[in-house]
Parts: sequence; C-alpha cells; structure tokens
Amino acid sequence: MKRDTESFHPWEYVLFALAVLGMLIVCVCVGSVNIPLKETATIIWDAVWKLPMPEGVSDSIVLSVRLPRVICVALVGASLSLCGGAMQGLLKNPLADGSTLGVSSGASLGAVIAIAFGITVPSLPFAGTMVMAMLFAFLSLIIILSLAYKLDFSLSTNTIILIGVIYSMFVSSILSLIITFASDKVKHITFWTMGSLQGTSYENALVLLVSLAVFGSVILSKAKELNAFAVGEDVARNIGVDVRRVKFLILICVSALIGVCVSIGGTIGFVGLVTPHIIRLIVGPNHRRLLPASLFAGAIFLMVADLVARILLNPLELPIGVVTSFIGSIVFVYIFYRSRKAA
Amino acid sequence: MLEIENLTVSYGDRNVVDGVSFSVRPGQWLMIVGPNGAGKSTVINAVSQNTCFTGTVRLNGTDIRKIRQQDFARRVGVLTQNHFVGYPFTVEEIVRMGRYAYTPGIFSKENGDDKELVERALELTGIAPLRKQSVLTLSGGELQRTFLAQIFAQNPSLLILDEPTNHLDLIYQQQVFDLIRNWIHEGPRAVMSVVHDLSLARAYGTEALLLDQGRIDAYGNIDEVLSPENLKNVYGMDVYAWMQKMLAQWDDQEEVLPVRLKQA
Repeated sequence: MKRDTESFHPWEYVLFALAVLGMLIVCVCVGSVNIPLKETATIIWDAVWKLPMPEGVSDSIVLSVRLPRVICVALVGASLSLCGGAMQGLLKNPLADGSTLGVSSGASLGAVIAIAFGITVPSLPFAGTMVMAMLFAFLSLIIILSLAYKLDFSLSTNTIILIGVIYSMFVSSILSLIITFASDKVKHITFWTMGSLQGTSYENALVLLVSLAVFGSVILSKAKELNAFAVGEDVARNIGVDVRRVKFLILICVSALIGVCVSIGGTIGFVGLVTPHIIRLIVGPNHRRLLPASLFAGAIFLMVADLVARILLNPLELPIGVVTSFIGSIVFVYIFYRSRKAA
Repeated sequence: MLEIENLTVSYGDRNVVDGVSFSVRPGQWLMIVGPNGAGKSTVINAVSQNTCFTGTVRLNGTDIRKIRQQDFARRVGVLTQNHFVGYPFTVEEIVRMGRYAYTPGIFSKENGDDKELVERALELTGIAPLRKQSVLTLSGGELQRTFLAQIFAQNPSLLILDEPTNHLDLIYQQQVFDLIRNWIHEGPRAVMSVVHDLSLARAYGTEALLLDQGRIDAYGNIDEVLSPENLKNVYGMDVYAWMQKMLAQWDDQEEVLPVRLKQA
C-alpha cells in the first residue's frame, strides 16, 4: 500500500486512463453480437478521422449503439463514484453518497414526473426527463440546505444527513403515489428507477462530459479541504478551512453532477457508496489519491456492470442498478472481510 | 494580543457565558478554571469561532469575525477536547494538515519551512516514531499528542487548548506542559487553556479566569485568583483542605483512604 506521496505520479494517471480505455474497447466489442477487436478499432479509427467506412452492420452497432452507451456508462460511473468519495469525506461518514443527501431522490422525482405526465421540452432533443431531474436535484438541495440552515446555523453534517434521510423518505412516498396514478407507465418508470443507459446518445455523453469537467474539477480541487472534513468539521475550521463556503460549494457540485447522471441513467445505486470505499482500502483515505482513483475505478466498475447487464440473460437486458447492487455488495463484503481479517 | 469584551453565549433562553471580559497578552498562560457547567469550554469555543456569540473578541486589535479563517489559523492554534477520527489517516498526514493555512490550494506545494515545522512538531510531541501509523490504532494519549503536533505545525502565536492533558498519563502531562511553557518563551506567544487539574493550573499558569455559572468570579494573577477562599466559594467545598489531605496520604500511611470514602 503506497502512502508515501500525497498524490499520484503522472504515469499512474496514464495507467488509469489506459485501463479505462481498454475496458471501454472491450465493452464496445462484446455484446449480443461480438465484434472482433481489430474491426472495432478500425471502425472507431475511421470514424474519428472521417475515413470511408467498410460496408456492414458492425459500424452502426459500434458507432450508433455501443460506443455512445459505453462512453455514457463510463462517465456516469466516474461521476457517481467521485460524488460518493466527496460526500463520504465531507460528511465524515463512510455510508454517505448522493442518496444520503436526498438529491438522488429529488432528481428521481423530477424524472418520474416527466415520464408520468409526458413533460417534454420542444427545442431540446433529450430534454423532458433531464431538465426535470436537474431542476428537482437543485430544488431538493435548496430545500434540504434551507431546512438544515433553519435548524442549525453552522450546517452541521449530522443535521444535513438527518434532513437528507427524512427528505428521501418523503420523496419516495410521493413517487409511490405517482406510480399508483400513472399505472399505464409503471413498467417504464420502474425500469428507469432501477437504472438503465440503454439508448443513450453522443449528446448525452457530451452533457455528462461537460458536467464532469466543470463540477468534477471543483470537487477534485477541494481534496485538501475534504481531508480536513474527514477528520472533523471543527478540525477543518481550526486549520483554516472556510467550512461553510467549501461545504456549500461541494454540495452544489455533487448535486449538479448527480442530477445530470440520474436524468440520463436513472437511479443507479451502490456505485457512489461502494467504489470509494473499496478504493480507500487500497490507496488510503487521503482525498488527493482517493478522489482521482475513485473516478477511474467508478468508470471501470460501471462499464463491467453494464456489460454483465447486457450479456448475462441475452437477449434480455437487466437493469444496470440490479447488477451494480449485486456485484457491489458481494465485492464489498469480500474486501471488507479480508481487510478486517488482516487487521 | 487577545481582548474579549462582554462575551455572551446563549443556548435558548439560557446564557451559558454571561458578559465575560478578559485579555491575553504575550508571555501569558491564562488558565480558565471552574466547576462543571461554568462555561469554560464554551468560552474557548466562542473565541475559536466554533459557536455563535455576542460581544467583541479582538485579535491584535481586529474583530475576529472580520479575519479570514486562513489568517486566523496562521495566528491561532486550537486544540479541542475530543477527537473522533473515522478514517485511517497516518499520524504524519494529520500533522501535515496543520500547514493547510500556508498551502491551501490543490497546486500549492509544501516548501522547506513547511516540512521542517512538521518534523519539529512530530519531534516535540514525541510521536515521530509513529508517523506512518494509522491514527485508528493510537491510544487516547497518542491521539492527543498527534493533534497537539498538528497545532504546533500551524506555527501560531496563540494557543487555545481545551483540556490539553486529556487522556495523557502523568509523564506526558508534565512533558506537554513543559513543552508549552518553553514554546511561550520562544517568541511573543501566549496560551489560553481550560484545565480541570488545579495543581497543574497553578504550577504552569501565569493568569487565571475563575468562572462560575457563566460569570467571572475572579480574574487576574494566578496565585491571587486560585486562593483557598475563591475556590471554596466557587466549588462549594474546601478545595485547599481536600488537596492537603490527598497529598498527605502519600506521607502518612494511616491516611491511605481518600477523605470521602472515610466519611462514608
């Protein structure tokens, strides 16, 4: 276990990026129709450089179906995992992730309302669900923080967690109510709440990429502050962290990223909780290593989960949330057991 | 250095600290003493901006509410009473966090001074051999010394300590207090600390603030404030006689049992 340097060497980042790229290519090759690695690489290469394509269905499978989907999967995995790592440090709680804050539930409510009542935005091709999910994610954050602020001026983590949990319960009751009245769309809503990245597009990938670049960079830049929060809010304040400002900034970035992810992929549980936890056992708790490692590991983990979801009961496709929870819990228990035994 | 005027902290309708005024000057070690519920830790929390208060607290003439948190941390080191660390940071990582106020951004790197101050803090508190150890495996005393090293690494000119000898055995109590006393004399520095052990307070303090139910009972030179009369008045018992009897049991073998047990 390397603990001598606080951050990764550039060559380590290159290795992580290559690992993500390797898994991405594997996921594009494998599916209901397996496409040889060389052919996949050629199709992608030709598309990137706008060269003439060979005749066949492989190019449309690779370029129109699998590549945008796998890119979205990787970006959602990276985002959720990064958010989970940040929340676990900020709230000093290893069980925290986006859902702890109540933002995931809020985003889900927005998206379900859009599906149930057929809300769309005419000028945007993939609007409706996304806009509603993002809107409700932000609204949820404002409600949660306002209530927390009203109760506790210092916005203590305990207050935020408590209100987040209560808010999630409240939202889930409204979700159940909507499902009861929108019985004709139950299948669609249920499948979406279990998470799916089926049919995602390059536009979705672009939105995810920009969100991750903007909000993810802010979260990554607060690694030192998150280290201090992970030791204690009072310690963070005493060593010079502007606690309220930094906390507010991180919460906004996490909410925005989760809102975007939920709007595109539905509710995908366990990635934000398990990936940072496993990575912490490997690279230690220092967020300068934990956050980037979680980002790459989250991308790989969700790509594997999506691959399993696609091929396990082929031609039937499983919801990705089912797979993440299944794989995640088994891996989590195994690693937790081993680490405790070793200690 | 630090001037406090009419400091009041309220929880609901109750004033737990009520109109307290005092000051701390370079070279002084102010001991805040008093029985449980007197408001000692609340005064510390207010001055270190961990709780809301009314009144004025000035650091070198500036209202502390107008000082940026980073600048405050460069001048004031605060040691809280309890530490609950949930993640396995190493001792060295915790101590290095003390340099945050000097290297706040993600791209700012530690320079030679930062590294030297961290090393010095580790050596001073005697935890250098534990530097690579996870804080989850430390004893209470080792953890207390780790956080003490963190505030030494901050290199402040004022230390605010809430029960600094919490969890420390006698040898470390003496070492830590000697260490702090020497630290004061190394520059224009001062210390303000909450201490329950009145003997330690009297042995090391230069001034004292005796609190009772949130109000000042006595304030000034340590010998004058911690007089038998003042202590009897605040603690509701003859503290001086109690301490004499406690000490006597080490000389007189017939007085082995503590006084209260004998009375019972």
